[in-house]
Amino acid sequence: MHMADALVSPAAAGTMYVCSAAAAAYSIRKVRLDTDAKKVPVMGVMGAFVFAAQMINFTIPGTGSSGHLCGGMLLSALLGPYAGFLAMIGVLFIQCLLFADGGLLALGCNVWNMAFYGCFIGSLLIWKPMMKHGISKAKIITASVAGCVLTLQLGAFSVVLETLASGITQLPFAAFLAAMQPIHLAIGLVEGLITAAVLVFVYEARPELLFCSSGTEKKEGRFSFGKTLFILAAATALTGGALSLVASSYPDGLEWSIEKLTGSTEMEAKGDIYQAADQIQKAVSLMPNYALKGSDAAWGTAVSGIVGCVLVVAVCIGACYLLKFFRKKHSYE
Amino acid sequence: MSKIEHAVRDIHFITASASRDQWVNLIHPLVKFALTAGYILAVVSFPKYDLAGLAGMAVYPAAVFILADLSFLDAVRRIYPIFLFPCLLGICNPFFDKNTILIFGMTVSAGILSMMTLIIKGVFTVLASYLLIATTPIDKLCYALRMLHIPKEMVTQIMLTYRYLTVLLEEGNSMIQAYALRAPKQKGIHVKAWGSLAGQLLLRSVDRAEAVYESMLLRGYNGAYLYLKEKIAFRRWDVVYGLFWAGVILLFRKYPVVLIAGNLAGGMLG
Repeated sequence: MHMADALVSPAAAGTMYVCSAAAAAYSIRKVRLDTDAKKVPVMGVMGAFVFAAQMINFTIPGTGSSGHLCGGMLLSALLGPYAGFLAMIGVLFIQCLLFADGGLLALGCNVWNMAFYGCFIGSLLIWKPMMKHGISKAKIITASVAGCVLTLQLGAFSVVLETLASGITQLPFAAFLAAMQPIHLAIGLVEGLITAAVLVFVYEARPELLFCSSGTEKKEGRFSFGKTLFILAAATALTGGALSLVASSYPDGLEWSIEKLTGSTEMEAKGDIYQAADQIQKAVSLMPNYALKGSDAAWGTAVSGIVGCVLVVAVCIGACYLLKFFRKKHSYE
Repeated sequence: MSKIEHAVRDIHFITASASRDQWVNLIHPLVKFALTAGYILAVVSFPKYDLAGLAGMAVYPAAVFILADLSFLDAVRRIYPIFLFPCLLGICNPFFDKNTILIFGMTVSAGILSMMTLIIKGVFTVLASYLLIATTPIDKLCYALRMLHIPKEMVTQIMLTYRYLTVLLEEGNSMIQAYALRAPKQKGIHVKAWGSLAGQLLLRSVDRAEAVYESMLLRGYNGAYLYLKEKIAFRRWDVVYGLFWAGVILLFRKYPVVLIAGNLAGGMLG
């Protein structure tokens, strides 16, 4: 779900940077108030753990494919929403630089789509209220699956909105949404189950590591397996149903506004650039009406574009090699 | 080679590239960071049909690849899978954007043009980020982030995640190898071992985090992390390098240099 830099416009990226920075500033204040200096190194190592764990392929029974762990939900279940959010920002920052997953400009969008929903919504709205009166295996499974499904649905919805608001794709809103939401519903379910398996293991081995845990509870909760399954099914149906309603009732309005927005910016940008290009060409060109002999003006201009490209690249490469040559010579001296 | 082994190898390669004594590597990290951010912003801000203007932006990555002595093919091999999503989105454009546009005096499908622009934007932005990390060690990058007043908790966290990345990846790889040796002909981790395998890695990571914290305390850690032993001063070269590229990026963003150069060459030949 990582968005690349090419998929966002500077305006959309800037807006999401502001939103993510506000959430990060609030989290840092909360972590500082915690006065637990131990948390920062633990956050760092746990961030590295999420990296390593996300590379493990978990086989999905009955299918040939594999799933991965949900980083945001797992980190917030271990470190709490604020420290988890900061750790996720670190993971996303390194991912965009080292593995080109995402990008520096799209970092604000990615932090919002993956870390914010995973840590704040998943942890504060699902994990914390559920674990308030004690932790149990069934509760962990329910919270993990519901949290992952919900946060991935919200994340995918945000990806659609951010891409369309950036005017990058011509894909209609409804078609884009219909492609993104169901696939992320399936991914969310699998990621939720894997995350639940890991958290249940931690609960059995070291329950004190879990967020909202008093460290003493080891008794089974009041949830039965049947109830858990029922809640999961209801949550899935609700999320799927609610989103399909959104998809069918809003497309016209949103499509209309996005088309209107991108349509108008296209016209302006096109006019400005080509006008400026025209003026400069007239002022600088030695033969403004240059065209190849025996061809029409269109081909002539096309050729001059290609020649220009080659020329600029040649000058640039030549200059770099010259610079390197002189620097080498200078260092030998 | 497994996915984790690939990742570890890539990290080692990038770390080794960044720590070389090349002069691009020695440019002040803040200058390189600001240039990368500015370059990406300039590339992304091109209108979606301005292919000729965008083509000119190749000068920055092309020049830095040569100056930093980095292999272009190596970079492409490392990052090609991430172009998939922008390409998929771009491929949809010709089907939904039926307009035509006049470029170079020829009628071209606007959808195809916007698809090409999107893919080229993807390539340029990813290459710019790669060039930053392949010429700047992480401690210097963290130093630049601190200069930008990014809170120390955030920067220390990034630094430690990077430092422990290879350690935990290698540990995870050993566990997966041990599992694979005991489960022949099985692809991935079986559902029965989902929790215990990743959970074990998690518990080991927690123990390691405790050990890291204790050793940091023994070395005098009090919440402030020393990124570099000494400050990196701005040299004359850093300023020249920064101003030069800022000028070039602005020039190529504002004017269609490629077309002007082509016209000039045409005029001379004609």
